[in-house]
Amino acid sequence: MISGFVFRALEGRIVAAVGILLAIGILVPALNLLTPADSALHIPTYVMSLFGKYLCYALLALALDLVWGYCGILSLGHGAFFALGGYAMGMYLMRQIGSRGVYGNPVLPDFMVFLNWKELPWFWHGFDWFVFAMLMVLVVPGLLAFVFGWFAFRSRVNGVYLSIITQAMTYALLLAFFRNDMGFGGNNGLTDFKDILGFSVQADGTRAVLFFMSALMLSLCLILASAIVRSKFGKVLVGVRDAESRVRFLGFRVENIKLFTFVVSAMMAGIAGALFVPQVGIINPGEFAPANSIEVVVWTAVGGRGTLIGPIIGAILVNGGKSFFTGAFPEIWLFALGGLFIAVTLFLPKGIVGTVQHGLKARQALKAAADAEKGRGDAAAVTQAQAAE
Amino acid sequence: MLIRLFSLIFLVLSFAAPSFAQNDPKPLIDALAKADFGEAEKLIGQLAATGDARVVPALNAFSEGDLYFRKSDNLVFIGKAAGSGYELIDPVTGVSVGQAAKNAVTKIKINNSLRRVIRSAMGGLTLMSPDRGVRLQAADAVLRSPSAENLELLETAIAKETDREVKARMEEARAVSLLSSDRSIDEKRAAIQTIKNYGGRNAIGILMGASAALDPSLKGDVDAAIASIESGQRLWDMAQNVWYGLSLGSVLLLAAIGLAITFGVMGIINMAHGEMVMLGAYSTFVVQQVIRENAPGLFDWSLAIALPVAFLVTGAVGLVIERGVIRFLYGRPLETLLATWGVSLILQQTIRSIFGPTNQEVGNPSWMSGSFPVGGMTITWNRLWIIAFSLSIFVALLVVMKKSSFGLNMRAVTQNRRMASSMGIRTPWVDAFTFALGSGIAGIAGVALSQIDNVSPNLGQSYIIDSFMVVVFGGVGNLWGTLVGALSLGVLNKFLEPSVGAVLGKILVLVLIILFIQKRPRGLFALKGRAVDA
Repeated sequence: MISGFVFRALEGRIVAAVGILLAIGILVPALNLLTPADSALHIPTYVMSLFGKYLCYALLALALDLVWGYCGILSLGHGAFFALGGYAMGMYLMRQIGSRGVYGNPVLPDFMVFLNWKELPWFWHGFDWFVFAMLMVLVVPGLLAFVFGWFAFRSRVNGVYLSIITQAMTYALLLAFFRNDMGFGGNNGLTDFKDILGFSVQADGTRAVLFFMSALMLSLCLILASAIVRSKFGKVLVGVRDAESRVRFLGFRVENIKLFTFVVSAMMAGIAGALFVPQVGIINPGEFAPANSIEVVVWTAVGGRGTLIGPIIGAILVNGGKSFFTGAFPEIWLFALGGLFIAVTLFLPKGIVGTVQHGLKARQALKAAADAEKGRGDAAAVTQAQAAE
Repeated sequence: MLIRLFSLIFLVLSFAAPSFAQNDPKPLIDALAKADFGEAEKLIGQLAATGDARVVPALNAFSEGDLYFRKSDNLVFIGKAAGSGYELIDPVTGVSVGQAAKNAVTKIKINNSLRRVIRSAMGGLTLMSPDRGVRLQAADAVLRSPSAENLELLETAIAKETDREVKARMEEARAVSLLSSDRSIDEKRAAIQTIKNYGGRNAIGILMGASAALDPSLKGDVDAAIASIESGQRLWDMAQNVWYGLSLGSVLLLAAIGLAITFGVMGIINMAHGEMVMLGAYSTFVVQQVIRENAPGLFDWSLAIALPVAFLVTGAVGLVIERGVIRFLYGRPLETLLATWGVSLILQQTIRSIFGPTNQEVGNPSWMSGSFPVGGMTITWNRLWIIAFSLSIFVALLVVMKKSSFGLNMRAVTQNRRMASSMGIRTPWVDAFTFALGSGIAGIAGVALSQIDNVSPNLGQSYIIDSFMVVVFGGVGNLWGTLVGALSLGVLNKFLEPSVGAVLGKILVLVLIILFIQKRPRGLFALKGRAVDA
């Protein structure tokens, strides 16, 4: 049954996407590590980390597509799950610094020494253990999504209201993480990382592995998401998106369906955040900013919601554009981004992938109709010929 | 230097009371030159009796030992060491009359008993000055540093006083001075009552300071008075909190009321709403710049001029946005969110490109600065104006919605678009002007918010989430909900602040709203309807 679940996921497009992702995941680190620095094929480490960052964003956009594209929940707070996953990873990395910090305290991170904390707060315990930290990357966003969704979906908060309270959620977390008393480094967040699993986070080899892991996790999550939406459950999911009440009247527990999808999506976002932090080298409360979460929605919309592959393309394109514009014409970037929002909603409501798919389908339909026409024409000719005989 | 300043101040004061210039105190002062201590005391009494503030510098100089008479003509001057000799200053007019050698003048002698006489005479002069402001200041001075010596003076002054406020202040000063005197216990008890009625934080300090020296039998009275003042103070603190809360609430109301139309009535998630507020604030800035350069005299009117300008500018921008973007997106609320977010980015960047990313300075007209006390709390004029302003906008909007034909069309279209259309209402134009109205009101809010917030391209961003919270909390499609939502969130915020701090207070409010939405998904005042998929 499980194999059926997975095989059903491996539809042609998804296989192709996973193949490309894995190829990039192997090729880019290989070009970075194996070619000499002056070779034309060499990919510098900073470029690799930049693309690694895009892959994390792509995973975040994929997570959002699962809830927005297939379940109709427009979450304006997905950045919060991303940031929480990032903080969990950041806490692990902080603990790995050990006594190499500026103050040389073997247990307390620098900022705690600076703020005169005497001992590690209870929620920092266990984060020196990688497995526990990785568990938390899934559990913390998942738990928040569960509690939040539990209340919200049961009381049937939906549509615009849900969007706005998810925004309120990430805004409240933003304010909370800015506070020094919270024990997450306040304004400055967590940074100055040294090691991950004993390897230096600055080393090319580590960066290469992180890049590969980003591509791998993105592929795995893509397969999982595809499996979910192509299962029977996925059909109900689309039903919830399109006619929630009708699905409820048919006897489905809509709130449980939504809750499950929301939690899975939040965990994916958490994974994205956890991969993001070691590649970028910092996590600070700015990641909770509501504007960030809205940007994720734009990546998804640009690529095409409800297509799974679209958000990945959208995230990479928009962020690539952002890197280019903010470097080349910093003045224009916000105009370009704003214009993109408007253009996509007005002219490409299905996004890039959605429009292409739609075009292909239309062409196929046209072709099929033409074939049928031709076939009927042939048939008519045959009948005529028969009649003539 | 100090004396010159002092004399200058009193010079100005004496000009304020020109009617008392007839009795020239100069001969009395000149008489001091040859007077012995006993005669000097009488002369001081006579000087005080003139009630003329102009004698104060001379008396002051006398007690400081700076009063000299010129040997040649026995005229009295205030002397100031200058070079090898003295600079002589006329004691009444304060005008310098030139230098004198050291041996040309003689210092008028002074002793401590004379100084005491002078001090009480000075107190009397100011406490009985014809100028109401001077009397008030003198009473305040005694209040701040009470001493039993002033008691009789105060009592005379109180007997003569006619102004109610000054008299009350003097009574308080007397009561405070009385506590440290050797009057009877009953009188002191009455004084404690007076101080208690006076109230305020200072009164607690005065009573606590005095209680150590007081007769033990009065201790109960003092404690009771302090307790009573403290409970009064708590009430005032509460009132102050409510006031701050209402003031914050009115700011929220201002920020949210435009959104109550675009989001609440039309159902457009207008993420560019904050930028409309920002445009309004920048309109104020531009209007003020123009006024500063062309007609500085009109500065106090700048806000009144900025109001229609801001309304028209933001209304026009709103109209363009609706016609250009939003009208294609009706029925797809989540996508309007994206498009208007894009609009907001463009507007922000436009303003940043034109005016730069830094804060612009928007001035407060004179009638908006300053404050006045009400009982135990202080009320600043700008907050008061903003509360009044936001409430009047609210009322005006309510009238437009309920009484005008445009409002009627607007409500018809929002309730049943197709029906309204078939009744002959041009729904696209109603949509466009409703959106323009909401945007224009956001612009007006920007004029008011420019007075209390930094005018920068990011101004709108800081209000957008709060505005949505207010509208959602109050109930979409209901202006009254927005009013109640804004004010109650404001007051709640300010009541949480003292105990948990500003940031945590805000977080708690957000969490409470999130929980509240679970309980009432349609807000405080929900529109009733039967639709399943509303």
